[in-house]
Amino acid sequence: MGAGHAHVLYRESTSPVHRLPPEVKITAMVLFTVAVVATPREAYWAFGGYALLVAAVAALARVGPRWLLGRALIELPFVLFAFALPFFGTGDRVEVAGLGLSVDGLHGAWNILAKGTLGVLASLLLAATTTTRDLIVGLDRLRCPQVLTQIATFMLRYLDVLVGEARRMRVARVSRGDDPRFLWQLRGFAAGVGALFLRAFERGERVYLAMLSRGYTGRMPAVWQGAGAATAGQWAAAATVPVIAATIAVVAVVLT
Amino acid sequence: MHISNGIIDGPVAAIFAALALAALTFCVLRGRRDLDDRLAPMAGLVAAFIFAVQMLNFPIFTAGVSGHLLGGALAALLVGPWVGALCVAVVLVVQALVFGDGGVAMLGLNITNMALLGTAAAYLLIALLLRVLPRTNAGLAVTAFVSALVSVVVASQGFVLEYWLGGTTDLGGNLAGLAGTMAGVHLLIGIGEGLITATTVVTVAKVRPDLVYALRARKPAAPITPAVPAAGGAR
Repeated sequence: MGAGHAHVLYRESTSPVHRLPPEVKITAMVLFTVAVVATPREAYWAFGGYALLVAAVAALARVGPRWLLGRALIELPFVLFAFALPFFGTGDRVEVAGLGLSVDGLHGAWNILAKGTLGVLASLLLAATTTTRDLIVGLDRLRCPQVLTQIATFMLRYLDVLVGEARRMRVARVSRGDDPRFLWQLRGFAAGVGALFLRAFERGERVYLAMLSRGYTGRMPAVWQGAGAATAGQWAAAATVPVIAATIAVVAVVLT
Repeated sequence: MHISNGIIDGPVAAIFAALALAALTFCVLRGRRDLDDRLAPMAGLVAAFIFAVQMLNFPIFTAGVSGHLLGGALAALLVGPWVGALCVAVVLVVQALVFGDGGVAMLGLNITNMALLGTAAAYLLIALLLRVLPRTNAGLAVTAFVSALVSVVVASQGFVLEYWLGGTTDLGGNLAGLAGTMAGVHLLIGIGEGLITATTVVTVAKVRPDLVYALRARKPAAPITPAVPAAGGAR
């Protein structure tokens, strides 16, 4: 799993954010999200502050706003819940465009939309600046149990195997006269899902045995871990983002 | 099913995060014993499969929730409850960190619902049904279908429980409605999940029964296919 296994969201670049060690970025991202979630929802200005912070990091990482906002649409299915709240919430109601909406529900919808979007933007920035390989190295350095990093390594490695086998099976079906269109592709796929799993497993098992015979012991070689562990300076540089976010959150809690 | 940031309030999310951390630690301790040379690649593939399958999202506009396949039952059948829960948890962690599916701050809630509740419900049913049903492929298929169906519905009710404890917006009497919608929608998803789980597990059980964790205790005397593929076995 060397070069060529970067995931679709990774943006190749050498910006300062790309060069930060992964464990630093993961920690900063998690702390930032926690600060955002802990902010009271009535402190509207605080969320503006967080958005500015995200924009600053994106500019530093040379990730364009168009890419970022386009990819953020992924959260839509997850925040649909928000749009139902103004209708189903209880308590005081206000009249908006002829609809009686619950005030508490509107606040709730704003809460989910703002916090959800900021969280998605933060994780997109992490994804855009970190390869999957680095992500696992980062989790490993953060003392994540080896069982978990092992499963994660194989998961990311086997995703490619799975996609490759699915493509080969599709080619095999098509070359035998199957001519699927639109949704009917699903039928052939569904009928072969068990076979796909088995084929991917047997291929994956060979990958695993090849790794074992090259000295794999459940942890990626020291070459991956050794070089580039975060220095105190890098921790301090990355800490600026969660520290600013925490300051905003504390001020917001005190003010409201 | 992925809870995004801000749907459940902070304290409840923190409690569930602690709960999930404790349960996962236990799973790591038990799973380490299970994870041998045969299970390690299988665990990775199960996780990759679940990851791919969870990409299919069905937004349910009327209810304002989204649903998708969960894969807890598949994991419990193929790699056992401990490693299975870890597989689903790994999927959720990577999705939250990199893809923004489900908030990072809500990870404890999501892991509790999908990795812990779903897998636990599935495994209890699997253990029970495999004992009761005939020891045929049909019996295995029914086991897989029912456990997958029930695990999805149980996981969806986990969300309702969490919303009742710490939802950020008071739904009043609509909580029962939420429970009903979630159960109804996930019953439909559960049927799809049950079919996929049953097809996959039965195919694997036919060709490589040694790979199905849930069947390990069943045929101790059965000859086990060598894990190493024959020379020149590449397709």
